[in-house]
Formats: sequence, structure tokens, C-alpha cells
Amino acid sequence: MSTLLELSGVSVSFDGFKAINNLAFQIGEPEMRAIIGPNGAGKTTFMDIITGKTKPDEGRVLWGEKSINLIGKSESMIAREGIGRKFQKPTVFEDQTVRENLAMALKNPRSPFEVLLYRKSAEGAARIEALAAEINLTDQLTRKSGELSHGQKQWLEIGMLLAQDPRLLLVDEPAAGMTPAEREKTTEILVEAAKTRAVVVVEHDMEFVRRLNCKVTVLHEGSVLAEGSIDHVTQNPEVIDVYLGR
Amino acid sequence: MRKSFIAENPSVLWFLFCLGLFTLGVTVLAEATGAGIISTSFVKTLGKVLCLCLVAIAMDVVWGYCGILSLGHFAFFGIGGYAVGMWLMYARTEAIVTQSLAERSIPPTAVEVNDAIASQIFGVVGSAEFPLIWAFSHSLALQLLLVVLVPGLLALIFGWLAFRSRVTGVYLSILTQAMTLALALYLFQNDSGLRGNNGLSGLQNIPGFEAVPQSMISMAFFWASAAALGLGYVLFARVLSGKMGSVIRAIRDDEARVRFLGYHVESYKLFIFTLTAIIAGIAGALYYPQAGIINPAEIAPIASIYLAVWVAIGGRGRLYGAVIGTAFVSLLSSWFTGGGAPNVNLGFYTIQWTEWWLVLLGTSFVAVTLFFPGGMGMIFDKLKKDAS
Repeated sequence: MSTLLELSGVSVSFDGFKAINNLAFQIGEPEMRAIIGPNGAGKTTFMDIITGKTKPDEGRVLWGEKSINLIGKSESMIAREGIGRKFQKPTVFEDQTVRENLAMALKNPRSPFEVLLYRKSAEGAARIEALAAEINLTDQLTRKSGELSHGQKQWLEIGMLLAQDPRLLLVDEPAAGMTPAEREKTTEILVEAAKTRAVVVVEHDMEFVRRLNCKVTVLHEGSVLAEGSIDHVTQNPEVIDVYLGR
Repeated sequence: MRKSFIAENPSVLWFLFCLGLFTLGVTVLAEATGAGIISTSFVKTLGKVLCLCLVAIAMDVVWGYCGILSLGHFAFFGIGGYAVGMWLMYARTEAIVTQSLAERSIPPTAVEVNDAIASQIFGVVGSAEFPLIWAFSHSLALQLLLVVLVPGLLALIFGWLAFRSRVTGVYLSILTQAMTLALALYLFQNDSGLRGNNGLSGLQNIPGFEAVPQSMISMAFFWASAAALGLGYVLFARVLSGKMGSVIRAIRDDEARVRFLGYHVESYKLFIFTLTAIIAGIAGALYYPQAGIINPAEIAPIASIYLAVWVAIGGRGRLYGAVIGTAFVSLLSSWFTGGGAPNVNLGFYTIQWTEWWLVLLGTSFVAVTLFFPGGMGMIFDKLKKDAS
């Protein structure tokens, strides 16, 4: 397992409030990692920094074998580097069908002229079918994604993430608002994905994190409070104090 | 499983069929080519409406599909008109000047001819010299190139600056409107080089075709406008089909999400903005020879707002909607403002439609926005739903 992403000394503040404070973080490939922390711990900002939405005041974000600095690159460039992101609120393109949503996410050239001249291919169609099967949406391919249930939208978004074929998946609260059966399926999809890639899951639900059965990083006030197995961090008195005890 | 473009977009074929039928009908009924039921001036009106429909589908693509509410597309339309108008004016004045100078005993020199043309054209703004921007006005080919190049380059530069700074929504609309206003105000000046508020006139007289009656010339422009609308429709339908259309609509609905999918949103917006500006320029170049005159008032921001109103009433996000809305509203508008509609006497007050038409239009715009977001295109959506 080699290091895929490394953040060191990253800080960012908004109007004097330090959202991220001298944060250091590493993830290898393949690896599954869960990130927990109370509200305002900086979980979303952490993802914003990696994906290029927020520029940190200081620090480094290094990516891949060549240790490319991601700071200053645009969101779309970072996405093309191989970092996919799933938002807390499912954001799929509701006016378009499930198939169109997946087709847009498929790993293909992304420049306007290449997209304009893009022709549907048999491989593309097969890939979409395979993805749809993986996320339980085979029967829904021709439906508008706005008509899907909340859980199905979450899956579609995960499917779009997988379609991008990223090396790192950032997943924000994937199990929010899901039924127990849907949670189980979601766990399965993520565990499967983590066999070949790096997956970072931000989650509030301890039961869900426990089922992912992976290393856990606890964020608090913008930096790492503890790191280790779920049992290790839940027994850490500091963690209990700031997060679990409440 | 790969289907052809037409098979995937049956509405394109329907549209071309309707447009063809309409063109044929007008041809059969027109003064120059048929029964003479449709007057030459009405043929011109219809031809102009077709050009407005073309700029409207461009507006629909940029606003209805890509989500950029541009209030500047009529400026591109006007620039196209000015570009072609410069050649029309130059060539026609040249013919007149050469004819009058030919009567002199000593043949005129090239400089004399040039000066005479310049004082003919610019005498009205107190100048007798050709401004720099008229450098290509002697050549139809070059001016036609400018019809495409000037709106294209202006849109490219403006769009690059605006999209790069991630200006979106209402701020972008204001910015485009400011561009339009600045352009109109500049053109109103006498030393702008385009004859100030006099504009360019006599554009209905096509140099080299003096012997052809206006009834025939207007037919030719009508056909050209219909062909341009048909081609423009197919072009946009092609751009909006498949994955490109998917990405463009996705940008409209959630551009941040599209960025995280790895698409460079700004390039897409710039592509659409520039392409539609070019089409708007072409539409303008066909419109103004039929209108006969162009002046800076045509470019004023209100014209671009009308464009948005037409598209909204027709139903944005549907190309045919833009065509229907524009044809319907602009024909209705000329009926109301042309005194076609009878005044309504309420006893205590008489509604004169020439004045009240704008109130009616504004009210319908608000009503459509609030209650029928799909506009007139919703009728077709319903038909399609009932059929399937």
C-alpha cells in the first residue's frame, strides 16, 4: 500500500475562524478510511480543500506517485486527476435519466469538442449496465433521476462516482436518510470499491462506521484528534470527551 | 443500438416539415411568385420574423439550456446587421456616385470617387472621410466574414472574462446588459463611425440587383431566412443532442457538481455563448436588409429583454418553443402596435392597444413565469404525453 494523498500543515480560516488548523492526513491505495467528528470539526472543509473548492491559507496537498501539488488546481482538473466526491445531499441531475447521469460521469475525454463529437459506444453502454447492476438501478435506467427515492439517488451518486473510475473517493454521509436494508447495500458497495481504490467516508453514524471495519480518523476543531481502529478511538478519553460523551 | 441523430430527435424532422410547409405556403400566396394574396411588405414581415426566430433559438440555447440569461444577444444580432449594412451602403453609394461622376468630361480619379462616396455616406454626421472600421466595406466577402467574426470575438472575449471570474446568475445578466448598453451608447455618437443615431439606411436596395423588383428581392430574403432558420435549428439540435446536451443542461442545473465530475464548465459556457452569438450575428445580417434600416436604438437593452420574453412565453428549454413564442408574440405585437386591433371603449376610458399592448405583454410574461414555466411549449409536451 503506497501513499496516494498526503496533507501536511494545512490551515484555513474563514473570517478569523480556523476551520482547519495545521491538519496532517495520509491515505494509501487501496484503503478505506472513515472520518468522524462533531459538527464544525472541519470535515466538509477538509473535502473542499482536497477537491479544490477551497484554497488553504497554508500547507501542502500532495497527490499520487509524483507528489503533484493539488493546491491551486481547478475543481475539474482535480476531478480528472482521479478524485471523485459525493455530497451529503444527493446531487444528481434530476431533469435527466439515470442513464444520462451515468454516461456523463463515465471516464472519457472531457473537453467540449471531444464531448461534442462523442459517439455512444458498446463498451460505454456495457459499462453503464454493469454500474447500474452494482448500484441496484438496472430497472431504473430510463427514468428521470428526479423520480428516484432518496436512497436510490444516493446510490446513483455513488454510481456516478464509480463511473469516473477515480483513485480516491470522498463520500460525505452516504447512509444519511437510508433504511437499514439500503445501508447494508451501501456498505457493500463501498467495501467493494475500497478493494481497488482509496475511499474516505465521512459519517456521523457510529454503527455504520463500525460496519465499514476500517481505520478511523477523528477530527476536532480542524485537526486530527485521534486515529486508529474504531475500538481504539472510541476508548480514547479525549474523543469521548469531545464527541462521544455528549 | 446506435440510432441516427434524426431517429433520436424526431422533433427536428417535424420542425423542418412545418417550416418547409410554411415557406411553400407563403411562396404560393406571395405577390412575386404566386397568387398575390400576401403583400410584399407582409413577406418582409414574415422574413424578419424568421430571423427573429433564429436569434430566439440561439437565446434559448444559451438561456434555456445552458442557464446563462444573456441580455446581450440582440447586440450580436445588431452587429451582424451593421456588418452587412456597411457593404450595402457602400456599394450602393458607389454605384450612384460613379454614375453621377461619369457625366463629367474628365473621368474621375479613384480618390475622387472615394471622397465622393465618403461625403455622401458621412455628410449627415458632418464628416467626409471613411473611418477605419469601414476599411473592408468595399468587399462583400470580407463584410460577411465580419458578420461572423465580430460577434464571435466579442462574445469570446466578454465570455472569457466573465466566466473565468465565475460571474453567474443575475450578476452575469447585468453585465451582459451593461455591455449592450455601452455598445448602443457608443453607436449613438456621431463619431462612432457608423453614422450615429442615423444608423445605416436604404439597406433594402441590394447593389447589383437594381433591376429586380422589391417583391422578388423580399422573396429571396424570405427563402434565405427560412433556410437559415432550418439550418440553425438542425445545428443547435445536434449540439444539444447526446452527451454535449447532457453536460450543458447539467451546467444549467448545478454547475458546481459538473465541475466535480471533471468538466471544465467555463469552456462549455464559452463555447455555447460564442456559438450562439455567431448565429445571432447571422440572423441580424439577414434581418436588416429586409428591415431596410438599422440604428443604435435596435441594439438598446430593451431589445434583448424582448428576446428573453419571447423565449419565456414560447417555453424555454425547447427549441421549437422559442420559435413558436417569437413568431406568435412578434406577429401579435405588430398587429397590436400597427393599429390592427380595435380599440376597446369602456365608456369611461378607451383602451388603445398601441399603448396598452406593452402592458398586456408584460402581464403575460409575469403570468407565464409564475404559472406556466414551460410556456406554450407545454402544449406539445402534453400532446406527446397523451400520444405515448
